[in-house]
Amino acid sequence: MEQIPGSILTLAAGVVITLLSLWASQQSHLFFPEQASEIAPLVDNLFGIMVGIAVAFFFVVQGAIVYFMIRYRQRPGDEEDGSPIRENLPLEAFWTAIPAIIVIFLGIYSVDIFQQMGGFNPGDHAGHAMVGHKHSAAVVAQAPDMNMTSDVPMLLAQADTSAEVGFGASPENVGKPPDVMVDVAGMQYAWIFTYPDSGIISGELHIPVGQDVQLNISAKDVIHSFWVPQFRLKQDAIPGIPTELRFKATKPGAYPVVCAELCGGYHGSMRTRVIAHTPEDYQAWVQQNTVANAPQESPVLLAQAASMTPENRMVAGHIHQMGITPETLAQLHP
Amino acid sequence: MAQAQLPVGTPLTTPEPEHPQAWKWYDYFTFNVDHKVIGIQYLVTAFFFYLVGGLMAVAMRAELATADSDVLNPNLYNAFLTNHGTIMIFLWIVPAAIGGFGNYLVPLMVGARDMAFPKLNALAFWLNPPAGALLIGSFFFGGAQSGWTSYPPLSLITANTAQSMWILSIVLVGTSSIMGALNFVVTILKMKIPSMRWDQLPLFCWAIMATSLLALVSTPVLAAGLILLLFDINFGTSFFKPDAGGNVVIYQHLFWFYSHPAVYLMILPIFGVMSEIIPIHARKPIFGYKAIAYSSMAICAVGLFVWVHHMFTSGTPPWMRMFFTISTLIVAVPTGVKIFSWVATLWGGKIRYTSAMLFAVGLLSMFFLGGLSGVTLGTAPVDIHVHDTYYVVAHFHYVLFGGSVFGLYAGIYHWFPKMTGRMLNEFWGKVHFVLTFIGTNLTFLPMHQLGLQGMPRRVAMYDPQFESINKLCTIGAFVLAFSVVPFLINIIWSWSKGPKAGDNPWGGLSLEWTTASPPMIENWPVLPVLTTGPYDFGGPPEDDDDDSDFDDE
Repeated sequence: MEQIPGSILTLAAGVVITLLSLWASQQSHLFFPEQASEIAPLVDNLFGIMVGIAVAFFFVVQGAIVYFMIRYRQRPGDEEDGSPIRENLPLEAFWTAIPAIIVIFLGIYSVDIFQQMGGFNPGDHAGHAMVGHKHSAAVVAQAPDMNMTSDVPMLLAQADTSAEVGFGASPENVGKPPDVMVDVAGMQYAWIFTYPDSGIISGELHIPVGQDVQLNISAKDVIHSFWVPQFRLKQDAIPGIPTELRFKATKPGAYPVVCAELCGGYHGSMRTRVIAHTPEDYQAWVQQNTVANAPQESPVLLAQAASMTPENRMVAGHIHQMGITPETLAQLHP
Repeated sequence: MAQAQLPVGTPLTTPEPEHPQAWKWYDYFTFNVDHKVIGIQYLVTAFFFYLVGGLMAVAMRAELATADSDVLNPNLYNAFLTNHGTIMIFLWIVPAAIGGFGNYLVPLMVGARDMAFPKLNALAFWLNPPAGALLIGSFFFGGAQSGWTSYPPLSLITANTAQSMWILSIVLVGTSSIMGALNFVVTILKMKIPSMRWDQLPLFCWAIMATSLLALVSTPVLAAGLILLLFDINFGTSFFKPDAGGNVVIYQHLFWFYSHPAVYLMILPIFGVMSEIIPIHARKPIFGYKAIAYSSMAICAVGLFVWVHHMFTSGTPPWMRMFFTISTLIVAVPTGVKIFSWVATLWGGKIRYTSAMLFAVGLLSMFFLGGLSGVTLGTAPVDIHVHDTYYVVAHFHYVLFGGSVFGLYAGIYHWFPKMTGRMLNEFWGKVHFVLTFIGTNLTFLPMHQLGLQGMPRRVAMYDPQFESINKLCTIGAFVLAFSVVPFLINIIWSWSKGPKAGDNPWGGLSLEWTTASPPMIENWPVLPVLTTGPYDFGGPPEDDDDDSDFDDE
């Protein structure tokens, strides 16, 4: 092997692999569903950078494996041993240091993304308690025949304490109350969305685009996980531990809400939708439903809401079994 | 213990005339205390459970061929996914890699006549069959349905009897694992022949040492968590009941404190297997012996500080998410060092294309891919999106199937001649490899896309937009299931009728190749004397003057 062609080949391979990994990192967004929240591009970029690095590593390592397997295969009749090379300290230091630098860089970069996502500020929602109280009297008024099991009050009392986990305000919104607040309750096998401001109870999440939305997430029975793939956001709904998600949708449309944590036999059917409206449409929706949500009609609405998707029809009956009556829902906002 | 103190080279007292030199077939079904018998008992039992767990996987993939729940009812599907995971981890990979290869090879590699505590060893094995029986028996009570993680409160409210049987089964294998780990540590520390320096200890033994230490630290924590869960289910306590003051997230910490290190329990012994196979079949000394040995220990240490990355979307405070992001990413460094060292070992070799080598190199490729997706999962922002999706399923099957299972196959092709005295058929070995390689990639590669696009895992029914990719995965799973057939026939046929192997068919230099195939009871007529290091291929034996840092440890 002559020296010069070898190094030119290495250089050429390096250039090709670099270009390829840059191209791959540009293309990585194709793997994802569309970006519909403010943080989705951040997450996709972080993933894209890792794809770029991974593609480069992949070609270097797999290329070396394939090349060595061919170049150094045993020739017929050659029963000798290979060359007795045991170690090469500079080389080993090099390949320890490079990945170490890369992972430290990725670590720092992901802390930064995490900060921009609002990961460091859960619980920063001045005004939650006030909004909750404003509504509670109205809903309790709907509850003449309370029939709660003994464990419910404890659960619900805890649900009101401020969330310490999840995603809170992004750095520019710290200290500001969110524009829209929705209480999200997961139960086998449905999501119930309650709007403390207007008293609307719904089986689908409606939000305005471009406004700061906060979800206060709780679970009634087992652990669920609230996930909107298009928003790149996921947070477990944990019985007894309130959690939250705060985000800004950027694109009107209807996106799936998926339960990501195994929650029982029909876990796969625990699906609903989030509908991102333009602010005007959202106001119209609020208007329409505030009127429709007169106290005497709410159990019906609730049942309808829960059976929104065909798979969820069984939930309608299940709600009463779970003790999810308007009065238990009322307890979510004492 | 007395055996270890036999002076090197002292002939064993003449065996009594009736003293058998080989075991009869029925000895493999008894409480035999010979480490080789126990090793084979582990391997065969584990392989049986692999087939059971594999059939469950095939049933689940059949269900997932369409978006609707049409083959299995959803509760049965959940029972299958729970038991598939549990069986593959606790009754196949861990017992086969540590119990099987560890028991068979460690005493042979360090020049001992048996493990330090032979009866404890046999007892550890015999906890496994009842554990498996409990798991399979739990199907008569509906089967545990809350996933192999069994998070409360779901595990508290579904199929209580089956869930209790599941817990008892895991506690049994956990106990077995602790007994085994203790035995390995003492055997390696105390029974290594005196002429073997620490830097002549085969890397497989280093790996088993790291594995055992990890198991000793982490397994009791899982046992504690599970026993508390058992109390919650059966005796009215409320450790994990949120409506009675319990905390469901504590369970997750206890569970993952063991179950993330369990990943290393599954892969570290396989790293050891790789470090034995690659040098022999490439006819080269292992590149970077010390780096590989140290990195096992580094993985063992750092591996204890990464468990929270399974809980990024759970009840995890922000600082924890960030601390564990960084510690998780750091594990990539020692793992990378190992992979680069194996690739460098190939350089300048005379590589034999044996089935063992093909599986080992296949492992390198697949595990590397799994490692790369592991880095993306380690960063909290990306993990938040893909947690509990098929992306994770793809990742851990690349690591555990493309890694551990490929490694187990490689180990079986490599040491089968030593264990049985007969060669496996190489042609069918290669057919097996090709089918497995294609099947694995076809099954698991498309799952990355499923997860990123939005398909959660552990679902019997899913959004119809994912159906075409799922069909591809299902076809792959059938190929994978079929790939076991040539292997199984090869094993059964070669065990009884294969060509005789001789003592050292691959030309290995570690001690297990110095005895007969299969080794006699008590391993050697005369304890071996070390004449070469385990990896002294291609040149004069390593000179003794770099009497290394290992002596200090």
